Formats: sequence, structure tokens, C-alpha cells
Amino acid sequence: MRIEPIAGRYARMEIDGRAHRLYFEEAGQGIPLLCLHTAGSDGRQYRAVLNDAEITKRFRVIAFDMPWHGKSSPPAGWEQEDYRLTTASYAGMIVQVANALGLERPVAMGCSIGGRIVLELALRHPGEFRALIGLQSGAFVERYYDAAWLDHPEVHGGRACGAVAYGLMSPLSPGAEVWETTWHYMQGGPGVFTGDLYFYQVDGDIRSRIEAIDTRQCPLYLLTGEYDYSASPRDTEAVAARVKGAKFTVMKGLGHFPMSENPEAFLGYLRPVLREIAG
Amino acid sequence: MIERIPDIVNRDPAIQRWGRHMNETFMVEVGDEQHLFTVRAGRIEKLERGPFVMRPWRFAIRARRECWEKFWRNPPEPGWHELFALLRRGDVAFEGDQRVLMAYLLYLKLVLAAPRRA
Repeated sequence: MRIEPIAGRYARMEIDGRAHRLYFEEAGQGIPLLCLHTAGSDGRQYRAVLNDAEITKRFRVIAFDMPWHGKSSPPAGWEQEDYRLTTASYAGMIVQVANALGLERPVAMGCSIGGRIVLELALRHPGEFRALIGLQSGAFVERYYDAAWLDHPEVHGGRACGAVAYGLMSPLSPGAEVWETTWHYMQGGPGVFTGDLYFYQVDGDIRSRIEAIDTRQCPLYLLTGEYDYSASPRDTEAVAARVKGAKFTVMKGLGHFPMSENPEAFLGYLRPVLREIAG
Repeated sequence: MIERIPDIVNRDPAIQRWGRHMNETFMVEVGDEQHLFTVRAGRIEKLERGPFVMRPWRFAIRARRECWEKFWRNPPEPGWHELFALLRRGDVAFEGDQRVLMAYLLYLKLVLAAPRRA
């Protein structure tokens, strides 16, 4: 047996004035590195970063499950409402969680919806972050399938969400990690993936504003897997072309969930970025 | 390539289990060529080649021949590895009963990618 160095705990906190019970995992010490999971999944996606001895030597890695996701419960009264993530609620939640955990100028790293919201954090809160890392960042993705089918009583949500996530990964990623990533999606609550995609496909259009990002205030790193077609290298390149000073790298052979679908290959790209940030 | 699918699927319980409850007929078009799949409990009972006259199907997946050829390459290139990648660009069309297509999406992805296997 081997016990991993990751510790999981629950925090009671208010987010937007509502009481929440939020689950987070952490490992390491040093510069806080706050990790943001993808739509419809949870913090387990960052298991390899949390387990990486080189990173945890200099970084306190923290991955929280967003409310409604993973082991974080929805707030009381959830049965009476539709879950819907917006730009304002998402950015606000991240800052409130960072403050509640007492993180001082953390690095924030997010993937997919998380890769989009770090661009928003760069605009709204540049002084509050030491650096921002966007994985699979795009300024917007036009709807090309109807996410309502992922939350339909006559379609098994776990199977359908899993099928969508499965296809977003690279055919070159190791099978065990691909299916682990798929499983996380299969465990999501009804309507949660669809509610997150409201931000990704409708509300979170940041195209008209990204030029205002000032990387002198807060450095911005963009890493994108070459097999991703949802936030494709071309989508990230369009961001990098308009944000002066953004550092963009294409990750060969990786798909939409680099940290989870092929952790070893991803760490090869992440470690140099974190070394640069740590100085 | 497409004619290899029944053999591969019918010998692989790991694919069949995702379609265990599926009893449907669906159309796959490779350019002008029509192929009707009949699935019973996850096994491909029949694969018939058209042209067909007034044959019913539950849903259809249509793409140009060169798109399927790139899709079936092993390994496929980025952007050609997945039905939804083609969908985003308009290189594939889903028609008919979308509910059934979405209900069996994982099975369909595994079935249609089967020709990549050596």
C-alpha cells in the first residue's frame, strides 16, 4: 500500500451570500497554486499535479470542487433551481474561495471553462494573482451541439456526459487515464455539465475584451493540447495574438484534459512554467 | 473500411456493453454510399449497403468520403479523431432522432472508430 501525500478537507464558507460546504484537496507548501477543474468534472483531474514532488516542494497545490461538483454539495434549496454558471458567479467564486482559504496572491491554473475564466481574472483581478495559467483557453466557442441533451430524462446523463468528455481526449493518451477522466464525467449530477456549459457556450464570451489584459501586472501562460477541437490550438493562438506578453505553448499529443488524460506528458510542460513563476 | 465494423464489434464485448440496450437501425453515409446498421443488444446484426428505397432508420450520420478516410486513419490527425471535431467544422451531419443518438453516443463513437484497429 502507498498513501498519497494529498489531504482532502471540507470548508464551510459563504459564496455570494449562500452557505456552502466546499471540498478541497491540497499538497505541498510554498506559493499557493489554485487549480480549477473543467465543466462537469471535479478536482480529481489534478491528482498528478498534487502528487508531483518537484512541484509540491515549492508550491502549495490546492484543487477545490466547485459547488455542485465532486464532493462539494449544492447549496440548500438546490432542488428548486436550475444550476447555471455565469462569468460573474464563476470569477466571484474563485476570489471568494481564495480569500476564505487565506491564499496570498496565488497562482491560478484552470482548464477549459477554467482556461477561459483565468482570462477574466486577468481583466478583473490582476493584482490578486501572482500569475495565471490557462489550459485549453479560448475566448469563446460557438455552440456546435445542444448541451440540453446532457440533461434529459430520456438520455442517461452519466453516459452522455462521459461520451462527450471521452471524445475530447487525444487518441494517443493512455487508456487508463482517459477512462479515469471519463468516469469523473459520468459521476456528475444532473444538469451540472450543462449548467457549466452555459458559461462556456453562451455567457462567457470574452472576445471583445481580451486586448485589455495587462500581462505586466500579472503574467499569463497558455498551454493547449494539439488534439483539442473544443478549445483548439487555433482558438488559443487567437487569444495569444491579441494579448501582449502572453506565453503560448502547444502541447503535442494532448487533448482537452491534459492534466488528467496524460499526466506525465502534461507535467513535462507544466514544470518549466512553474519554475519560471517561482523564480 | 466500414464493412470491417461488424466483425470487430461482434468480437469485442467491451464495445458491445455500451450498446447492450440498443435495438435500432441507423444510417451511415460515406459520401454517396449508404450503409444501414441494424443493432440488436449491442451486436451488429446486419450491415446492408444501399442504395435503399424508403427504408426507415432512427438517425443518420453523414460525411464526405475523404472525411471518413481521415477519421479512420490510425492514429488520426488532430481534428480528425472524433465525430464532434468534425461536427464543429460542419464536416459531419447528424439527422433524425437526436435523443437516441445522444443516448448511445459512447457506443456509436466506439463502433464508428473501430476500423482504426489493425
